[in-house]
Amino acid sequence: MNILKLLDKLSNDKFFTTEATRLETLTNISEFGKKAAVASIPLGLGTLVSTPAKAETTTTVNTTFFKSVLTDALQLALVLEYLENEYYAMGLAAGTLIPSADRVVFMQISKHESAHVTFLKNTLTSLGVTPGAKPTFDFTAGGNFTPFTDYNQFLILAQAFEDTGVRAYKGQAGNVMSNKAVLQAALQIHSVEARHASQVRRMRANKGWIELADGGNMPSATNPVYAGEGNINQAGFNTSTAFGAAAGSAAYDEILTGSDAQAIASLFIV
Amino acid sequence: MKNTIHVSNQGATLDTSRRNFLKLSGIGLAMAGLTLIGCDDNEFDYMANDKVFDLGTGDVGVLNYAYALEQLEADFYTKVVNNFYTGISSIEKELFTDLYHHEVIHRDFFKAAISGATMNVLPKLEFQYPNVNFNDRNSVLATAKALEDTGVAAYNGAGKYISNTDYLVIAGKIVSVEARHASAIRNLINPGTAAFSGDDVIDGNGLDLAKEPKDIVMTAGGFIKTPFTWKEQGIN
Repeated sequence: MNILKLLDKLSNDKFFTTEATRLETLTNISEFGKKAAVASIPLGLGTLVSTPAKAETTTTVNTTFFKSVLTDALQLALVLEYLENEYYAMGLAAGTLIPSADRVVFMQISKHESAHVTFLKNTLTSLGVTPGAKPTFDFTAGGNFTPFTDYNQFLILAQAFEDTGVRAYKGQAGNVMSNKAVLQAALQIHSVEARHASQVRRMRANKGWIELADGGNMPSATNPVYAGEGNINQAGFNTSTAFGAAAGSAAYDEILTGSDAQAIASLFIV
Repeated sequence: MKNTIHVSNQGATLDTSRRNFLKLSGIGLAMAGLTLIGCDDNEFDYMANDKVFDLGTGDVGVLNYAYALEQLEADFYTKVVNNFYTGISSIEKELFTDLYHHEVIHRDFFKAAISGATMNVLPKLEFQYPNVNFNDRNSVLATAKALEDTGVAAYNGAGKYISNTDYLVIAGKIVSVEARHASAIRNLINPGTAAFSGDDVIDGNGLDLAKEPKDIVMTAGGFIKTPFTWKEQGIN
């Protein structure tokens, strides 16, 4: 499957409808319709549309459907890990690009990204799905970046990839929660990406966390990575009340939908 | 902790689909919950006679669990910022102030969220730091590292017990910030090394630690004076 198609399918607002049409039986469609409706209800409105008794029906799980959602989410994660893994491998291979004092950091990050690729491939295989092939990457994004000759640019893209990774995994949480083992592993990868992001950000003299929608001394081309990070409303709770909007937004990382991830990842995929 | 287990019966009389009630009642559903709970005066009798709070069942239990951990982190950093250790740098001062802000916000969020979904809200806990010297940089950083790594492992291990997608996403929004904290603290302790995501917390598959609630409570228990239980998870 083409990565753009996959990413597009995973976009929150679109995959529900495309998945639903793929399912052929009326039962499946109606079951899914209920789930989709529940999932899209803003917090606090749940019981207005669904009584507890009726909610019972939504616990029926269509395994075929969930397998597809689950493994598609893993395929998306695999693409992002392919990207990160190749990026750091190329950076480390690029002669004197990375100062010796910083190499230990990027060797550690590289080791993890490589492990994530292997782990996700094995997980997909164990779920009976063939892992997607590695796309062809262009880290210059069509000549707009020179990350392997300019260390500052290398750091900028590393920060963008790590902050994107954190958001993208978070965005797929709902799609993998049907399989508890996979959910836990995804969470375990997700927090590693966050540790990486914090480190790279601090190497760029930023805070380890994202205040408002400001990436921190980043080129405007990376704005999509930070769009929405300024959110100060969590389930109706105003996170800015106590210490202001910067702290309130930084206390929570936001999700990226599949379509958001598409806009970012497609810049680097030939 | 040396607590005794107590079963929370709160919600048991709501009806047989209590799980679904919890599952579907969003954070803002206080009214529905209170109305139902109010129907039965006997439900909270145990709380009057029993000083040991049970975190509860289902998603509420997980939320209370997270609330306990965020209370601990918030309390710790409140003490840190009210008594910065000698010789603290401006960068470290800013960092600890940020961590204090974030953890207080997390704590207050959980209090509001759980209050909106149930009356079974964990009370304000009391903490103790018998082995922490707040005047000493190494002691404060080591404790912060332990708390942040514990927070990450706790959320990573508890995610699978959450049934409501909205709660799971919010837990995800918080855990990555805890991981960012952990990384920063670890780098302060061992700058320019692999410690920010060291092999002591990340395994050969590139996976961060995930710990079961009972192991977390055992770890964090030394800081917690107020007893609580989580019968559902076998914690006492």
